[in-house]
Amino acid sequence: MQEKLIERAKTLLAEGKVQKVLGWKKGLFEDDITPAVFTSAEELDKDFVFNKYCKANLSKYLVKITKDIEIKKSTTRMNNTMAKQRDPNAAETPLPKEVVLAFLKPSDTYSFTQLLKENRINRDDVYAIGVPCQDTLDGKELCDNCKGKKHVSCDELLGVDENAEITPNSKRMEEVAKIEEMTPSERFEFWRGEFSRCIRCNACRNICPACTCEKCVFDNNALYTTQKVAETDFEENLFHIIRAWHVAGRCTDCGECSRVCPQHIPLYLLNRKFIKDINEIYGEYQAGADMETKPAMLRFEESDPETTIVYDRSKNGGNE
Amino acid sequence: MLCISKDKIDSLFELIGSKQPLYLPADNNSGKADFVKWEKGKKLSSALKTVRSAKDFFFPKTEHMVSYKVEGKEIKVEDPRKDIEDFVIFGVRSCDAKGFECIDNVYLNMNPVDSYYKNRREHGTVITLACNEPEKTCFCSTYKIDASLANASGDVSCWLADDKYYFQPNTEKGKKFIENAKTVLSEADKKPVELLQKEIQEKTEKLPFAHLNLSKFQGKDMLKIFNSKIWDSVSQACIGCGTCTYICPTCMCFDVRDFDTGNGIRQVRCWDSCMYNDFTQMAAENPRHTQKERSRQRFMHKLMYYPMAHEGMFSCVGCGRCLENCPINMNIVKVINAVNETDDI
Repeated sequence: MQEKLIERAKTLLAEGKVQKVLGWKKGLFEDDITPAVFTSAEELDKDFVFNKYCKANLSKYLVKITKDIEIKKSTTRMNNTMAKQRDPNAAETPLPKEVVLAFLKPSDTYSFTQLLKENRINRDDVYAIGVPCQDTLDGKELCDNCKGKKHVSCDELLGVDENAEITPNSKRMEEVAKIEEMTPSERFEFWRGEFSRCIRCNACRNICPACTCEKCVFDNNALYTTQKVAETDFEENLFHIIRAWHVAGRCTDCGECSRVCPQHIPLYLLNRKFIKDINEIYGEYQAGADMETKPAMLRFEESDPETTIVYDRSKNGGNE
Repeated sequence: MLCISKDKIDSLFELIGSKQPLYLPADNNSGKADFVKWEKGKKLSSALKTVRSAKDFFFPKTEHMVSYKVEGKEIKVEDPRKDIEDFVIFGVRSCDAKGFECIDNVYLNMNPVDSYYKNRREHGTVITLACNEPEKTCFCSTYKIDASLANASGDVSCWLADDKYYFQPNTEKGKKFIENAKTVLSEADKKPVELLQKEIQEKTEKLPFAHLNLSKFQGKDMLKIFNSKIWDSVSQACIGCGTCTYICPTCMCFDVRDFDTGNGIRQVRCWDSCMYNDFTQMAAENPRHTQKERSRQRFMHKLMYYPMAHEGMFSCVGCGRCLENCPINMNIVKVINAVNETDDI
């Protein structure tokens, strides 16, 4: 599999179709893999790796990479305009051609599509190749957060059986259901216990493909909500709850937040609760599944139930 | 040497823990270990490392520094330092214990002395525990730190050999601890400890990063390393979170904030991270504009700036936590390797 990816990347580099390759880089051991950008065949041969430990979702890196490409282009455009003003006959500098090849696993393509939908990535700057899920390389049939659909928004697929029917992980919401069954005080204790381990390192926020604000509210020094200081022991709790609200309807359930948490807090449960509720209240919706569907939290239909925080499902979805 | 059998260790914890706060590594919900306050039923974890280092006890994540309260025409000043009581930390590994020394150098051995840190340090008794099974991510021997505790480390050194915990006091505080614990301890021959020490030393020698080459970090060529091209690739994937700095036993930067409590001010200090975009924020901006400068600052501090100010002592202790927890798996071993391999230094 790894060889196939390297070969394809080399070909595309040689053809000039792409100038950069976003992939995974070997570490000290088999399992400590770092996302990296490769620009030559030699680099690919030396360090490129694709195995069951390539869990990192690369889609968020595309935000910065494509932004840098766009900045280069607009700088050239501006210089051309200025040169034209000085001398109408001045030769025009051609726009730099830069395309980045990104290898995306099925789950990553959802994040990628969601970012495209939010105009955070310029599609023309990316050549997306769909590759199999790292968990299937591990022999697992489907991973915990499997959405069961295929690759979306990819230019081509590599090593993927296009006809294989993948059913979504039906057990995805089981854990959430368990928490829903708790009494409010049990649930409160559960989350207080989990959040008590939080060290507020912000890894969950910084890795999250849905968290791409230019400036996060928690980075605002003018507010008493900055990333570092927990004035009370409830602040970490609020941080996670606010974040979950903010990514509601945009979270694709890629699982990166819980994967990177040094304290192994099951943050995905918060996000899945929102997904479950959206599905139940507003109808099935999967963030990042396609480019067309209107986002669940941004559309309104008269038939939408009027929910409250203490939404009671037993009463006709809140509608009397 | 004094000892207690492994199945009786709870009686020692009960004896100490009933008199003063006792902290020990215990397994948490996630299957990892963290230092927690002992209470009846808490079991010592068998994990080698806690996720957070033991620096928390002397340099907590958030520390209340002072409160000002307005009462009528009076302003009352509350100093929380007096509330700290004597406590014991059991099961600190030698790397974390060395980490205390790194912080001591800055907060105790330099002027001005950090009175908050000093206060906690004076009240704490550290009982180190030898690492019977060092892991592949451990590289303390690179910094000549001894996981077998052949050299005194902490107030009391402790070994688990032949299903018995052996104790050796190293300081006055340590002697006091032994005095308090004497009723449950019995005399024993130190032979098993010596055998264990040899065994641990052999194991650490075989670890993949037992002897990293630090010859380029001897206080020379600082600018060459600073300006090297390696920092581009080191920082390329960095997401700018604070995981590495918060779990590191030697990271000691903090920020001070005031909170309006309605009728007064509450001043706290909290851990800060050079990975953050508002670290050392000045009137205009953070002088380190991109993640490249921020990552460089962290590793240069550990491997160059700190040793240059403290007689060659590195402010990395080889605990390996950054190797295990970095979301993108960039760590100090990779940086040392990159410096050694690059052609521009």
